Amino acid sequence: MTVRVQHEDFDAGVEIARLRANNPKVGAVASFIGIVRDLNEGTAVASITLEHYPGMTEKSLAAIAEQAKVRWRLLDILVIHRVGTLAPTDQIVLVVTTSSHRGDAFAACQFVMDYLKTDAPFWKKESTDAGVRWVDARDSDAEARERWK
Amino acid sequence: MKLRVLYFAALRERVGRSQEAVDAPAGINTVAQLREWLAQRGDPWQEAFAETRRVRVAVDQAMVEESHGLHEDAEVAFFPPVTGG
Repeated sequence: MTVRVQHEDFDAGVEIARLRANNPKVGAVASFIGIVRDLNEGTAVASITLEHYPGMTEKSLAAIAEQAKVRWRLLDILVIHRVGTLAPTDQIVLVVTTSSHRGDAFAACQFVMDYLKTDAPFWKKESTDAGVRWVDARDSDAEARERWK
Repeated sequence: MKLRVLYFAALRERVGRSQEAVDAPAGINTVAQLREWLAQRGDPWQEAFAETRRVRVAVDQAMVEESHGLHEDAEVAFFPPVTGG
């Protein structure tokens, strides 16, 4: 299991190859990449800045990944989340799960993202033509997490 | 009780600092009580907590409910609901 919080971009292909490590037990890889959009709630977004809580961020991501490992049969999990200032089309987050079968890989990947959205201490601030604003948490994110209970 | 208090995101900006060391008086035993005591010291804390619609709390880097207890040298963080991913 690997958790990284970094300013630098990531290459999903390289990360997936590293996670698989030619392990013949890996029959399925599921991945999710989150990307900065150019519009939020109807307003054009020039850039976003991600703040986080160093220390707690890594702990919470590791705890989420551990929960996924308990719930599904996984071979490995990778979570990379970027911080700092990002522009539309930039990658923000990568989650990769490997398993012998697709069901476990798919479900665990979605579970990690749903929990990350509500539990990992990151905050987005958007820069728009109208000025800067903190992004509000969405009720739909809390609902997405609830369905795993 | 000596505590390290941290603020993040919109709450950090409203309070005007990212952290402070406080010595909470006897009787402050929970996160909710601490928050009330911090705010009653006046602005910027009073206004910052009043303006932040929802405030989440972590004690020693784990998310907790407001009824959670405190201990000497605890790290208590206040912040708005998270918006990563």
